[in-house]
Amino acid sequence: MLQGKGMPIWGAAAIVIVTLIGAWALIPQMEGPGKSASTVAVVKDAFPNDEFPTTYKRLASKPTIIQNATILTGTDKEIAEASIVMQDGKIIAVGTDLTVPDGAMIIDGKGKFVTPGVIDIHSHLGVYPSPSEPATADGNEATNPVTANVRAENSVWPQDPGFSRALAGGVTTLEILPGSANLIGGRSVVLKNVAARTVQAMKFPDAPYGLKMACGENPKRVYGDKGGPSTWMGDVAGYRAAFAKADAYRHKWRHYWKAKHAGKDADPPDRDLGLETLALVLDKKIAVQMHCYRADQMATMIDVSKEFGFRIAAFHHATEAYKVADLLRENNICAVMWADWWGFKMEAYDAVPAGLAMVDAAGACAMIHSDDPIGIQRLNQEVAKAMAAGRRIGLKITRAHAVAWMTRNPAKALGILDKVGTLEKGKMADVVMWSGDPFSVYSHAEKVFIDGALLYDRDDPRLSPRSDFELGQLPGRAHTGGAGQ
Amino acid sequence: MKPATLIFTAAVLCAFAISPALAQGDAPLAAPTGDVTATQLPPTTPPIIIRHGKIYSLGAAGTLDDGDIRIDNGKITAVGKNLSVPAGATVIDAKGKPVTPGLMASYTQLGIQEIEMVNETNDSEGDSDINTAAFDVADAINPNSTLIPIARIAGVTRSLIAPEPNNGVFFGQAAVIHLGDSNDLLVKRHAGVFATIGPLGADTQRGTRPDTWSLFRETLNDAREYWAQRAGYHKPGGSRDQRSKRIDLEALGPVIRGEEPLIIYANRASDIRQIITYCTANKLKLVILGAQEGWMAATELAKADVPVIVDARLNLPNSFSEIGATLQNAARMDAAGVRVMFMPASDDPAQYARTITQVAGNAVANGMPWAHALAAITKVPAEVWGIGDSYGTLDPGKDADIVVWDGDPLEVTSAPTAVLIKGKNIPLVSRQTALQERYKNLSDKTMPFAYR
Repeated sequence: MLQGKGMPIWGAAAIVIVTLIGAWALIPQMEGPGKSASTVAVVKDAFPNDEFPTTYKRLASKPTIIQNATILTGTDKEIAEASIVMQDGKIIAVGTDLTVPDGAMIIDGKGKFVTPGVIDIHSHLGVYPSPSEPATADGNEATNPVTANVRAENSVWPQDPGFSRALAGGVTTLEILPGSANLIGGRSVVLKNVAARTVQAMKFPDAPYGLKMACGENPKRVYGDKGGPSTWMGDVAGYRAAFAKADAYRHKWRHYWKAKHAGKDADPPDRDLGLETLALVLDKKIAVQMHCYRADQMATMIDVSKEFGFRIAAFHHATEAYKVADLLRENNICAVMWADWWGFKMEAYDAVPAGLAMVDAAGACAMIHSDDPIGIQRLNQEVAKAMAAGRRIGLKITRAHAVAWMTRNPAKALGILDKVGTLEKGKMADVVMWSGDPFSVYSHAEKVFIDGALLYDRDDPRLSPRSDFELGQLPGRAHTGGAGQ
Repeated sequence: MKPATLIFTAAVLCAFAISPALAQGDAPLAAPTGDVTATQLPPTTPPIIIRHGKIYSLGAAGTLDDGDIRIDNGKITAVGKNLSVPAGATVIDAKGKPVTPGLMASYTQLGIQEIEMVNETNDSEGDSDINTAAFDVADAINPNSTLIPIARIAGVTRSLIAPEPNNGVFFGQAAVIHLGDSNDLLVKRHAGVFATIGPLGADTQRGTRPDTWSLFRETLNDAREYWAQRAGYHKPGGSRDQRSKRIDLEALGPVIRGEEPLIIYANRASDIRQIITYCTANKLKLVILGAQEGWMAATELAKADVPVIVDARLNLPNSFSEIGATLQNAARMDAAGVRVMFMPASDDPAQYARTITQVAGNAVANGMPWAHALAAITKVPAEVWGIGDSYGTLDPGKDADIVVWDGDPLEVTSAPTAVLIKGKNIPLVSRQTALQERYKNLSDKTMPFAYR
């Protein structure tokens, strides 16, 4: 391959320095953003879950109306000659004959299309950034097959030029995951695609964490010669052992909390960051985002999730999901798929172009993803290919429906559908205006709004973020990066 | 490891030999619009007429709004309006849809790689840690690879197949194949010798640019010396003392004579300029692969008439050699007069051969004229790889590699409705369509899926 894939398995892993903040204190679970850990006072019967709180603040924006556009709402509706009104970061109205708010910025959407902001549920931007060098490769803590203690948010480099390119492709929300070297790779983080100096300032408020786990070939390839697992059955034993430990850990803490409440003098158990994350998974505060290609392996993982009582939100890279779409539907698990990637390794050999559409047609939740800093820039094209492949085998798929594969369904799998993913009143105004049908190769995302603020405009170079890395490169040239590169 | 590998290989080969999925070329599958099957056609076959197409001939006939094409014995014999339909002819009605030459993907591993990460199926990367100019992909072509039907039903009928970079400066020889229904896909051996200048990325062990350049120059100097006194190779004082292996020096003969292209993987503008300077001075025929900063050296590329192979989607500073990567690269080079060719999505260009149209479409979306983008996957590679006499345009006398599309061929939602390769009407089936067919209906569980 001339270009690296978005799923490298670097042997040399970064050293993660875990700093325990001061003396041991059990931090209560935060109700929302903005509260700091200094409010710790009472011991709550819950594991801490907000140690790196979001500092994201939506940017100021004028009320905005896009008029005369074709709107794909993400709720299976296509509305012709329609308008959308955004104010104070929210969607106020979608439909025809809408009143223009006072002092609103009016955008003529004639010939244009409007969709919800694109959501990529599987990205390694920031953790495997550009340039791709050993010094920047922070996505796989490949030192142990179970590293539930690490978090993607602690690796994200906010200056990755890839974020701006993804914005130019209409991506407003992304889930950044650890790589797939490990059985349990660590926590994912959901980001708003806003340019920021810190990852905290990108963190999507109130979005739950995910836990990255990986089926199949990668863990056994990485650990086969390093003490294992070296087989798929070894992989499965590894997941089960980890959750059995987490279950015992959770029991210990519950026991302690009970004693404490009863007024008994009890010592808290030793804190274990990995088991704490897994306990949160068992508590269903964190859902599993599971890299899993093969149909039979998905079925095995469903049984493991039932044994321990955790929730798998989605199987990622689910190239064979079309073989077990009924099983996924029954278990309410989404399939995260590519349009046409296949054959780069054995477990990707059975991917088919109509796979995503077939899963969707079977009534399961299907969606597109990139796993790639190039692919993330044109998820609309990837959906278009998947839609067309489905139509070619006779499935009836409207573009109003297919748009959900890059908006509503990833929002659902990430647990943020109440906030984004569709153009509905009251949701965050994450909106893309396309130059034409988003499912044409010739269309571009022209204007991208995040929480109502226009953060990318193809026609205005001033509204094109440029990372620090790109500043001053190619001295004397006019084109040195930015979203429109 | 070696003996075990060989046993495993033998076992798999046996499995393949009896695999029904791989025998599909012999299956009596009806062509979509005619009565011609893909099975052995007699030496003289009935003519085929493609009618009522929007024909983009890229040749003498130009573009015809309602045109016909006649095919006899695998060759195009007429392109025009209202051609007469001879008795017994197979008629393909294009229904006003676009008709183009079969597409050519430059730089893939089609036929020499089944699964990239399954070593036993991957013949694209040489073993040597020094130089492997002699490594010839034409020795490894597997016409039964499932990648061939998957690519051709997307309209790809030709490819420059190529080795993948290893640790050597020279990493092997390219070949041209067709993707037809045949046991012999080879169209042309020795279509180019690959080399690389500059680091490939984080995992390279090739060393620095000066290291690369000294080895590059020394090897070509050795080749010149060797060819100047080839007969004396084994004599005392002859070229036997050279570092390069004899087979590599042999392979470089046509390159130093300027007959066979030297295809150099390079992205940084300064590397590209330096390569052009060297190759011009030494009268070598040069093609640049990668060329992500090619737009910054477009004047030099155009002046020296150096064609490029690019993936037009790449716009990230993936390495410090690609800082200037931009979506406008292809359009800018094209505007400067550089002959541009496209490769499919470069992460796995063999498996993703069908993305060649998407790559071209993205170049158009970013400023390249549509007709130039279509030429970049037909006519231009035909000329650059030296098969322009038999392929690349819809002109009488050429092989009938023809695709009828259901829409704009560069649009991501489009697909072929008919594919002809060397005059054979190819069934639009592949291992992937077979899998789709098997799992299309999950509710019928009367028998296991394996019986479908």
